[in-house]
Amino acid sequence: MNASQLPTLVPLAPEFVLGLGAMALLMLGVFRGQHTSRIVDVAAIALLVIAGVIVLLLPAGTLTTFGGSFVVDEFARFLKILALIGSAAAIAMSLDYAKQERQQRFEYSVLILLSTLGMLMLISAADLIALYLGLELMSLPLYVVAASHRDELRSTEAGLKYFVLGALSSGMLLYGASLVYGFTGTVSFTGIAQAASHGGVGLIFGIVFLFAGFCFKVSAVPFHMWTPDVYEGAPTPVTAFFAAAPKVAGMAMFVRAAVMAFPGITSQWQQIVVFVSIASMLLGAFAAIGQRNIKRLMAYSSIGHMGFALIGLAAGTAEGVQGVLIYMAIYITMTLGAFAVILSMRRSTGMVESIDQLAGLARTQPAAAFFMAMILFSMAGVPPLAGFFAKFYVFLAAIKAGLYILAVIGVLASVVGAYYYLVIIKLMYFDEPAEDFYGMPNELKVVLAICGLFNILFFLYPGPLVGAASAAAHSLF
Amino acid sequence: MTSWPILSVVTFLPLAGALFIAFLNEDEAGVRNARWAAMWTTLITFAISLILVWRFDPSSAEFQFLEKRPWLGGTITYSMGVDGISLPFVILTTALMPITILASWEAIQHRVREYMIAFLVLETLMIGTFCALDLVLFYLFFEGGLIPMFLIIGVWGGPRRVYASFKFFLYTLLGSVLMLLAIMAMYWDAGTTDIPALLHHAFPRSLQTWAWFAFLASFAVKLPMWPVHTWLPDAHVEAPTAGSVILAAILLKMGGYGFLRFSLPMFPDASQHLAPLIYALSVVAIVYTSLVALMQEDMKKLIAYSSVAHMGFVTMGIFAVTAQGVAGGIFQMISHGIVSAALFLCVGVVYDRVHTREIAAYGGLVNRMPVYALVFMVFTLANVGLPGTSGFVGEFLTLIGTFRINTWVATLATLGTILSAAYALWLYRKVIFGKLEKPSLFNIRDIGWREIVVLAPLVILTIVFGVYPKPVLDISSASVTQLIDNYQHALSAVQTAAVGR
Repeated sequence: MNASQLPTLVPLAPEFVLGLGAMALLMLGVFRGQHTSRIVDVAAIALLVIAGVIVLLLPAGTLTTFGGSFVVDEFARFLKILALIGSAAAIAMSLDYAKQERQQRFEYSVLILLSTLGMLMLISAADLIALYLGLELMSLPLYVVAASHRDELRSTEAGLKYFVLGALSSGMLLYGASLVYGFTGTVSFTGIAQAASHGGVGLIFGIVFLFAGFCFKVSAVPFHMWTPDVYEGAPTPVTAFFAAAPKVAGMAMFVRAAVMAFPGITSQWQQIVVFVSIASMLLGAFAAIGQRNIKRLMAYSSIGHMGFALIGLAAGTAEGVQGVLIYMAIYITMTLGAFAVILSMRRSTGMVESIDQLAGLARTQPAAAFFMAMILFSMAGVPPLAGFFAKFYVFLAAIKAGLYILAVIGVLASVVGAYYYLVIIKLMYFDEPAEDFYGMPNELKVVLAICGLFNILFFLYPGPLVGAASAAAHSLF
Repeated sequence: MTSWPILSVVTFLPLAGALFIAFLNEDEAGVRNARWAAMWTTLITFAISLILVWRFDPSSAEFQFLEKRPWLGGTITYSMGVDGISLPFVILTTALMPITILASWEAIQHRVREYMIAFLVLETLMIGTFCALDLVLFYLFFEGGLIPMFLIIGVWGGPRRVYASFKFFLYTLLGSVLMLLAIMAMYWDAGTTDIPALLHHAFPRSLQTWAWFAFLASFAVKLPMWPVHTWLPDAHVEAPTAGSVILAAILLKMGGYGFLRFSLPMFPDASQHLAPLIYALSVVAIVYTSLVALMQEDMKKLIAYSSVAHMGFVTMGIFAVTAQGVAGGIFQMISHGIVSAALFLCVGVVYDRVHTREIAAYGGLVNRMPVYALVFMVFTLANVGLPGTSGFVGEFLTLIGTFRINTWVATLATLGTILSAAYALWLYRKVIFGKLEKPSLFNIRDIGWREIVVLAPLVILTIVFGVYPKPVLDISSASVTQLIDNYQHALSAVQTAAVGR
């Protein structure tokens, strides 16, 4: 058999590791029983780390395989690392929760591994079919883990809601993909780019449906409705997972499809992204003000953050994509850090979720409160914290692209958004202490400290992340 | 010229002190050590900043003690330097910090470590604001100050501290984010955020106008100018004494500094056209807030409103863009930094004893507190602008500077000096003179040694600068002259271009 007939499999090495590893762990769990869950968890984290190392070790430059439908470029490397970090942290953060709630199941880690595998496929997808396959592989385990508290009504409802709405969005995405295929005659992004240099009503129609599906996955307005309910209903570690890695993958697919498949008609899809971005920022800012449940609040906060990240895509330039990438990287650290604190909100009666329970945390747990406050200031975009730089780069791109109105609305929304972050800081620092929480488990402490320090110290040495994001963005253009 | 990065040392030394305090224990000894560590940090910082004065060449208008390092990639660098306009503010900051630490020595009894950390971090951010020679770096320091100040007001403040801290934070943030967008637009137009380079870049006219308004939004809130001053009285009243001192003496000056550093030299055309707007706002600030000050029942609120009025003189002088006006604006800011700081400290003295700031709760203090009455009188008169005090020099210079440009504005502003005499002397009479009738005041102690140490340097500076203002004016004169020359040059270039067309 001739070697050239076989697709080269080197670019797929991380995916192979994850896929085979997940199956092996599944076998282990099935044959050895539930008490292996601890081993499976640790092994899953190890697998994610190994996959990350392999991503870094892949030969430099742009690698393609499967006839060009699977691409490993700088963009993919950057986002794959982010997704792997998000998933690994999510598993680590679930360890103590699972023990306390007696929910130790090996399937959880296996499902997350499979979902992460889907993310990696999605990030590398360079045609519509690969994109859809990756998307479904990512989403199906998510529906299951959302409902993993199967005795609890909220969790089941979250899973079901997520599944039904997710199926709907997949349908829209497929419909859009079929329209795009119908009007261009190809599914590969580069082929679409060549065929779609002039736009046309039918193609725009397809793009709208396609983008609707993307917006659902990154929970951007007007396809955000599932987010608060699913965030609130899903078990908290699952929420932490939802808020981080799948958002990265969703944003990757959004950016890659928009920039690679429709570069000639940027001005036509730009309006959609501008609208989605403005709507998400405003909704995220205003709707979060009234929330007392911290998981719902984080849901609206993440909707707002996606709006800010989409500013970069709206610019449609390499600077804009660079901004999106920096935003996502910093967003992940902020989210994981915040969820480390949320996961430690445990009293003798169980988990608590009201933000009022954080009152006086600065007295009872000064270190945790300090890091949480810094992360919240960072989310509000106050310099010199990392969140400021995240916003800085997307706005920089928007101003260059002449999107002044978008930029002005964006910064004003960030001021409104600052309010509810301040409310939490006020509770932690200004108010009298509530009853102390149980001690924070070590793995949460580690995650919180790493994320907090990253956000505080980012300004000292922003070069590596900014440089990597710049290289990644330019690999798409 | 400099073998070691002296500006970075001055800027980040307080941060190092804050880190040190963060690792102290939380027991009795730790608290004591935290106080002393903060004291020594600020004193050493002040000492090093004096080296700056000593090595500074006042005959040069260029930026000195330059430092430059790659930072965000591209042309956005970590770039520091001072000239005659920024150096006085650096010294003002470093000089006032030990005083505020000493003033909080006994007033702050809970969460002392965190308090000292917040103040030291704030000092770093304030010095950095004045030293930054890159717009993004400037913004970083400028906005970063919100975090410690928010916590200072919110944690150690008075009964309505939550409201005041939120108002302070959101108001200031709202103003600043628009400036951030302007900074970005300037970056894409000029290709750099290096301030010395931007000072020589001619921005197109439409961009100048938009950017000027965006910068105004930020600095007008910070300064504050009427009608966006309403956060200031709340913040002042609720903040602990030392917080009010820093707020009035230094944070407000960032707005005036911003006008001098950015608005005038970078957008001369817009400044020229929009100066009448500033005049109008300044006159309203001077007259209206003076009238409002007359009606106050809370001492801190009265001083806060008087601050707004005094800042009106600053903006008026700066936008007159005459040598006297600008120099007067700078001097007025330094002088107000000293005098308002001292007035807040004076209020703090009686507040620590009686625990109220209501003017009606006092009266006849001169009988029990003669030394205090004397000190308070010096600062009251300086606030009024009596000749022989530093307050006079600043007001007088800004008034003559403006008189040459716009007689009406100067005339109306003079009205403000009369009103300031009214409210300041009224306050003094109510608190100090009269019969000692209130039972709560019968046993009040006169100021002690610690308070004398706090207030004495300020008394000396107020009088010295009132009689001999030359040191401050000399440091800044070369830079002010260059600022005005460049401004006139830019304007005439625009006019020639217009005529040529």
